[in-house]
Amino acid sequence: MPSYVITEKCDGCKAQDKTACQYICPNDLMVLNRDIMKAFNQEPDQCWECYNCVKICPQQAIEVRGYQDFNPLGGNIIPLRGTDAIMWTVKFRNGSLKRFKFPIRTTPEGSIDCYTGKPEVDYSKIKQPGYFTHHGAGKVMPVIKK
Amino acid sequence: MEKETCTFSYCQRPEIVEVETDLLIIGGGMSACGTAFEATRWANPKGIKITMVDKAATERSGAVAMGLSAINTYCGENDPADYVKYVRNDLMGITREDLVYDLGRHVDDSVHLFEEWGLPIWKQGDDGFSLDGFQAKDAGKAMLKDGGKPVRSGKWQIMINGESYKVIVAEAAKKALEINRQATGVAQNHFERVFIVKLYHDANDPKRVAAAAGFSVRENKIYLFKAKAICLGAGGAVNVFRPRSVKEGQGRAWYPVWNSGSGYALGMQAGAELTMMENRFVPARFKDGYGPVGAWFLFFKAKATDSNGEDYCTNPEYVEDAKKKYGKYVDALGTAIRNHLMMRAMKDGKGPILMRTHEAMQAINATFKEKLGEKEGAKKVKHLEAEAWEDFLDMCIGQAGLWACKNIEPDKSPSEIMPTEPYLLGSHAGCAGFWCSGPDDLGAPKEWSWGYNRMSTVPGLFMMGDIVGASGHKFSSGSHAEGRIAGKNAIAFILDHPDYKPAIKQTADEIAGELYIPYETFEKNKVATTDPFINPNYIRPHMLQARLQKIADEYFGGISTWYMTSKTMLDEGLKQLEMLKEDSQKMAASNLHELMRCWENFHRILSVEAHARHILFREESRYPGYYYRGDFDLIDDNNWKVFVNSKYDAENNTWELKKVPYVQLVD
Repeated sequence: MPSYVITEKCDGCKAQDKTACQYICPNDLMVLNRDIMKAFNQEPDQCWECYNCVKICPQQAIEVRGYQDFNPLGGNIIPLRGTDAIMWTVKFRNGSLKRFKFPIRTTPEGSIDCYTGKPEVDYSKIKQPGYFTHHGAGKVMPVIKK
Repeated sequence: MEKETCTFSYCQRPEIVEVETDLLIIGGGMSACGTAFEATRWANPKGIKITMVDKAATERSGAVAMGLSAINTYCGENDPADYVKYVRNDLMGITREDLVYDLGRHVDDSVHLFEEWGLPIWKQGDDGFSLDGFQAKDAGKAMLKDGGKPVRSGKWQIMINGESYKVIVAEAAKKALEINRQATGVAQNHFERVFIVKLYHDANDPKRVAAAAGFSVRENKIYLFKAKAICLGAGGAVNVFRPRSVKEGQGRAWYPVWNSGSGYALGMQAGAELTMMENRFVPARFKDGYGPVGAWFLFFKAKATDSNGEDYCTNPEYVEDAKKKYGKYVDALGTAIRNHLMMRAMKDGKGPILMRTHEAMQAINATFKEKLGEKEGAKKVKHLEAEAWEDFLDMCIGQAGLWACKNIEPDKSPSEIMPTEPYLLGSHAGCAGFWCSGPDDLGAPKEWSWGYNRMSTVPGLFMMGDIVGASGHKFSSGSHAEGRIAGKNAIAFILDHPDYKPAIKQTADEIAGELYIPYETFEKNKVATTDPFINPNYIRPHMLQARLQKIADEYFGGISTWYMTSKTMLDEGLKQLEMLKEDSQKMAASNLHELMRCWENFHRILSVEAHARHILFREESRYPGYYYRGDFDLIDDNNWKVFVNSKYDAENNTWELKKVPYVQLVD
């Protein structure tokens, strides 16, 4: 289901050095046409329809249309991703709609503090099973009982 | 055929960036993020430098880029020994039980971190119904690490609201890398959009790995990373067999379309020993959209039947026939055997095979209303319907799109399921990968452990995630956990070799020339014809991939032969593959994106070749339902309950294959 860019809405991310969709696409598909300063999907048959470009686009200029080798026309899925939840609108070919909202994270974006409150490492255990978190908590790793 | 060279006479010479580091992490997926988190903690007090190189943006790279609706490996109250039994059963009896047990005893700690970092995890409500991650938090439900009760869809699986799973895990990894930068004074240790394509041995110790080279897919830059140890987490191989989709739907691979066999190829070129590369995974999934079926089977208790409503897994004729060939493995009814029985029904013309979602939903509807009354019951059913859609929207949005396009509502009609094209991987329900050192405290044979857990047979080269062999069913959490094990052990390796300085024979210029050959080939020849797409002097990456897929499909047991192959077919296919390998030297790239595609295809070819050679060596059909040797259509435990290991000699283009005894560690 390749992504496509709506001409009217795309602003080329205001000519920053790269667009948001170029930044995020895991398969390097989105490119900016510098002549018209709008993005497009350069290899639609390699699109996994992960929707990361759709979710990240600040102009909501990207949508996805079903792979035409097996999808009938007319259905559509639109996400609206916020900081802690995502809203989905599912539009069926017959016009009926469903809407869902799901949590996406329970902590503020950027708030992860990896090591505060975590144990220091104990180098005498570096070749033993267990992580530094196990060693610090005094956890003995189980072994196969015979 | 004359070999192409690149002297930058036609294409632009790239800038060469050399980076000296201590631990290099190749990849940015779950396992790589696990390495960054664990290794940094061990590295910082010693001033050890860590560098991560990712082909994409780590926030959304790897197999979890889209999200997931479940964590498939969380032991919780279960004994890791039972996890071993489950994995052994599903992988037809042959796994490295030391690696699997080791994974099982470590994995929960990673899941606890995910929850702490912000991943919403479903919990059991007081009324026995499920609460999503927010509801659980509002209801004051305990975290998993404090004894909170997850919602289990199966014995090992827990449900999550996982749209941002990778975003969260990547944030922690990036923080860890930042903390390592601060500790070591390095300006940059996280490179995105740099595709590593080759590993290099040490100039003074030809067995040891010392460097990795790749290129930016954004600008004309070659990167050469010299490192004392490397953690390789570059994923399995997708779109190596002709897919069922015929045109643009090829992108809708079941596994991530960007997993191009780089993990396998990089290790093979470095001379690392492989194991169980004959294994593959052919998932039965919702047809075309390849949406997940796990939650439907396990959580909603839906049944899959043929179009007459018959459960093909209990058809006496099919079962009896299967038992004659595959013996006791049929009783265990693992994933491969279920595929086999499904295909029996399909070959009898009893398709389409249907997942009876509507009946499952109707049964749940009736139970809820009976238990809770009309109004409250209807509310819970609505919540459940949302959960069913979330399963797709979290991890396979295209399947939701396909249902929308076909007006399918799961509570009203069943949906077709189908076995996909084959995939090569070692973290999901497959076990193709490298032979790795395991833990030394689990009673495994001494020769399975050579000092550093998850190190390959190449000193300094550690494996993780999809490319650790004979140890499947790790999934996302297990890959993270394995990345941590590999990372910790790689730091131990670095500390044990304090005087080591990586050095390689090749000059940076030579490496740049080799990496840019497809660019030079294109620039040199493109003007010879009026359309650069049709030119006899080179092959475009898209076409080369198509030829690879066709060879793999037709000779190595893809969809077009119902996964059937044999010695004669494999021999012929390997001949054709050899010519493809030669032709791959003539791949041409018109831009950096295509240069990436060219190198991905080099990696795919090697992955497929290893797969075919292993299937040829193993004279039995160990994985019916995934592939069949028509000339040995049986499971032969007397001769073949063994690992098959191989080694590729990249310099001479030769292979060595051998049997390695299987040892059962868990009763």
